[in-house]
Amino acid sequence: MEELQELLKTYPANRHSLLRILQAAQRQMGYLPGEALREVASYVGVSPAEVYGVATFYNQFRFIPYGTHHTVVCLGTACHAMGGQLILDAFERELDIKAGEITPDHEWSLDRVGCIGCCTKAPVVVMNDAINAKMTPFKVEEVLAGLGLQLKRSTDSEGEEAGEREPQ
Amino acid sequence: MAEPVTEKATVELTIDGKRVRAEQGEKILWAALAEGIAIPHLCAIKEAEPPLGTCRLCLVEVEGQGVVASCVESVREGMVVHTDGERAVALRRRAMELLLADHPLECKDCPKKGKCDFLQLSIAMKVKRPKNYRPFPREELPVDASHPRIIFDPNKCIRCGRCVWVCKERVGEVPFDFIQKGYEMRLTTFMDKPLGESDCTGCGECVEVCPVAALCFKEGG
Ligand code: FES
Ligand code: FES
Repeated sequence: MEELQELLKTYPANRHSLLRILQAAQRQMGYLPGEALREVASYVGVSPAEVYGVATFYNQFRFIPYGTHHTVVCLGTACHAMGGQLILDAFERELDIKAGEITPDHEWSLDRVGCIGCCTKAPVVVMNDAINAKMTPFKVEEVLAGLGLQLKRSTDSEGEEAGEREPQ
Repeated sequence: MAEPVTEKATVELTIDGKRVRAEQGEKILWAALAEGIAIPHLCAIKEAEPPLGTCRLCLVEVEGQGVVASCVESVREGMVVHTDGERAVALRRRAMELLLADHPLECKDCPKKGKCDFLQLSIAMKVKRPKNYRPFPREELPVDASHPRIIFDPNKCIRCGRCVWVCKERVGEVPFDFIQKGYEMRLTTFMDKPLGESDCTGCGECVEVCPVAALCFKEGG
């Protein structure tokens, strides 16, 4: 939080700086925790509730940290048409969190986005900045197990090429 | 807020064919009401500057300008206003329909029963709740009864913003505000905490101005 104080001092203390401060704070911390929002609020002289309102208006701000493994499921038009929702469901089921949440041990976080820009590979999932193409619910389990997640129902078939099947 | 009683410049305008004098900067709505010309309105608070302008029930037509929200638009010299222009009336009705479509009409067991400005206005405007505007009904949100004095039912909120305004004006530090946007926009406290955990003093100013039963006193306020 000391770093945040340093950062605040570089902006004029009025409500017009609010967005720029929020952006910079998120760049610094990776997300916007409640205490940070409170400090920003008292610095610019706006109620914390209003700062929260402003921050939630924009999709660029997040209020929980990233997990060690951050997963982004694409639900853009192409990925949606190719079953992106099923992929998201599979992640939600396995990780036991909803999109926009993080597991209690901070290992896994999950998000959904619009198009990522590689629609030919739909449905697409970005995990730890790597693209996973042509996902299937089965591949979801595979990828998660590969990253060390204890799967709900143990998959004994080590699941080789089964995931390579093209979705219809 | 306190209006200086000193000589303020006035302008002359015409509302529904009637010549009206109004103070410079006055909004059309208040100038009309002062002359006994009725315009539906729900979110308007005279002292609010800038006006809230959220409900869109006060739309009128201004010649050469089109449809405007009368609680937002200031009077001008020579302005010609029609409160019953076809377009304005149609848009007002549509605005009311959209608000009703999103509002649980459980008036029978509503704590605001008999005192609901929203219901009364919809009856006065003769607008019924449309049957099929919302193919997917809004997700039902939990009622917040955590505060010792005030009950907040987000499902009834029509997002007019009167509570936020009055709290800011009379109390200062507002414990709640609108979050998110569009269809998801709703009133909540900082970090979405229960009202009882916020700094809300329970003064009840917000309950007084709430036109629906979103904010009520406990024990059937
Ligand atoms: S829709 Fe998913 S990458 Fe384009
Ligand atoms: S009264 Fe004018 S917009 Fe609500």
